[in-house]
Amino acid sequence: MTMKKRRSFPDWLRSRDGQKVLVMTAFMIVPLVLLFVFTYLPFGQMFGFSFYNMKYIGARKFVGLKNYAKVFSRKDCFGALKLSLYYMLGSVVQLVIALYLATILSFKVRGGNLFKGFMFFPFLINGIAIGFIFKFFYTRGFVFDTVLQWCGFQLDNLPYWLRDQKINNFSLVGTSVWRYFGQNMVLFIGAIMSVDAELYEAATLDGANRFQQFKYIIMPSIKTIITLNVILSITGSLSAFEPPYVITDGANGTGTYFVVMHEIAHTQQKVGLASAMAIVLLIIILIVTGLQKLFFKYIFKSGEDEDPRAAIKREKQLARISGRRGGAAV
Amino acid sequence: MKKTNRQAIAGKIIWMVIQYVSLLFFSFVAVLPVVSCVITAFKTDTEYQNTNVMTLPESWFNFENYIKAFDKANMGRGFINSAIILVCVLIISTFIGTQLAYVLDRFKFFGNGLIRNLFLFASQLPGVAMQVALYEIMYKLHFINSMFGYIILMCGTDIISIYIYIQFFENIDYSLDESAIVDGANYFTIFYKILLPLLKPAIVTSCILKGVGTYNEYYCANLYLQDKTRVNTVATSLYTFVGPLGSKYNLICAGVIISLLPALIVFITCQKQIYSGLTQGAVKG
Repeated sequence: MTMKKRRSFPDWLRSRDGQKVLVMTAFMIVPLVLLFVFTYLPFGQMFGFSFYNMKYIGARKFVGLKNYAKVFSRKDCFGALKLSLYYMLGSVVQLVIALYLATILSFKVRGGNLFKGFMFFPFLINGIAIGFIFKFFYTRGFVFDTVLQWCGFQLDNLPYWLRDQKINNFSLVGTSVWRYFGQNMVLFIGAIMSVDAELYEAATLDGANRFQQFKYIIMPSIKTIITLNVILSITGSLSAFEPPYVITDGANGTGTYFVVMHEIAHTQQKVGLASAMAIVLLIIILIVTGLQKLFFKYIFKSGEDEDPRAAIKREKQLARISGRRGGAAV
Repeated sequence: MKKTNRQAIAGKIIWMVIQYVSLLFFSFVAVLPVVSCVITAFKTDTEYQNTNVMTLPESWFNFENYIKAFDKANMGRGFINSAIILVCVLIISTFIGTQLAYVLDRFKFFGNGLIRNLFLFASQLPGVAMQVALYEIMYKLHFINSMFGYIILMCGTDIISIYIYIQFFENIDYSLDESAIVDGANYFTIFYKILLPLLKPAIVTSCILKGVGTYNEYYCANLYLQDKTRVNTVATSLYTFVGPLGSKYNLICAGVIISLLPALIVFITCQKQIYSGLTQGAVKG
């Protein structure tokens, strides 16, 4: 045992180490408490709830795995995941449009900023307003029908956009594309702009046309962000919520998994069943995310030998983009 | 030689036309739903019932619908509440976010990576699903119908801005901290006097993004701020138009336009920061 000078607590607090611990505690305690109370505590509780037959207030009855069995057997629960396919398709369309417009706008275009602003603005409108705007937009004989009539369609041949089950999910996905394509476009423009301008100049001097420039300069430089977006749209589509929630309230076969879950939790107050639904989808999302990571490791390892820092960078990007998605989904 | 030249010029012109036609088309698609609302909001009741929705209103100075919508939906209260929420959330989350980012970037300690991962994992959880269980916690904390509770909730679920701050700290040279330590400054002084002022551009960026997000948030606001006569925000005051008023679109459109004016003003004045903030959050490593 070596002799150690005993220091009093105030002394220790004044030392470098003490200061370090003090500042770390002071700066981290609030965010960590918030993170715990608003994310991990409900997460744990939800897991517990999923084994009970319960409402928010009142008696609770333990039912074991019955809620989970119901999630898979009830047609309106697990079957609702089918609707995700519409949203996946939508996100592909959105990506293509965004990429096309970003390519145009990253070259010098007259009024480019104005166009960019027009197309980006829908992203900044609140969800409830979007709900009303599109209820209005799709009403029989209103905005959309009028514009189509201008183009020579007969009103009698047009479907009820929000009621006709053959078409209404496409109508809803359309609103989501409308809202996010401008934002995607801005992200792509950012990525394209990060390419050295000299590359374009050199390419132009060498006689490369726009298409070649797109293929050989733009595409490789934004490959990562595009792949990320494509893959992340899968999880985004599984948790699609907003368009049906604000526009149709899930009526006429537009209820996605989360819309059904919201209804079961907050209107019918079957909290146990809703929790089980949430847990099931979270597990699916985690599995999909895991697979995506493996997939990424695979394609990028075989594609190019890169240094580990690039891999870390990509991990961060992945986290950020999915964080952004998560924020937008609520 | 001449022929290929002419072809090249023709190609250029065709490409130009395609470019502008696409831009015009998609801009039209983007603004049409909003513009049709503006048109309708200026129509009187009889005009609204008797004309096609795309027919221009008789008078562009008919603000009656706006006044009525503002009144009916209790939007005055909504604007006051939204302003209070916005100011509190921005101040609190700026402090929380910058402080947390400071510790995570500047200190190596056991659990640093774990904390980062905890935040990261939290950002992957879909918010709608979390509310199923969070509702009970909010209820037990007496946070239902409480602006204070809602503000705290909004501050607690913020991840994007922490990333922006960490990134910014990474670019501030550590020698700045070291020389301050040599001069005898403690960590609090270093953070508040030296680093925080340098962080200003990042704070502005993330406040604009967070501000627009908070102003537009309606799901939790609707769930936890149920008393729409007292604790409505601008977004949730629009819920007034669900139900019996649901087909008076000239009134509804006016309400919608009022609700998106603040976002429009922020967008016009801070366009550059919004674009760069979004890109920073996603593109740069």
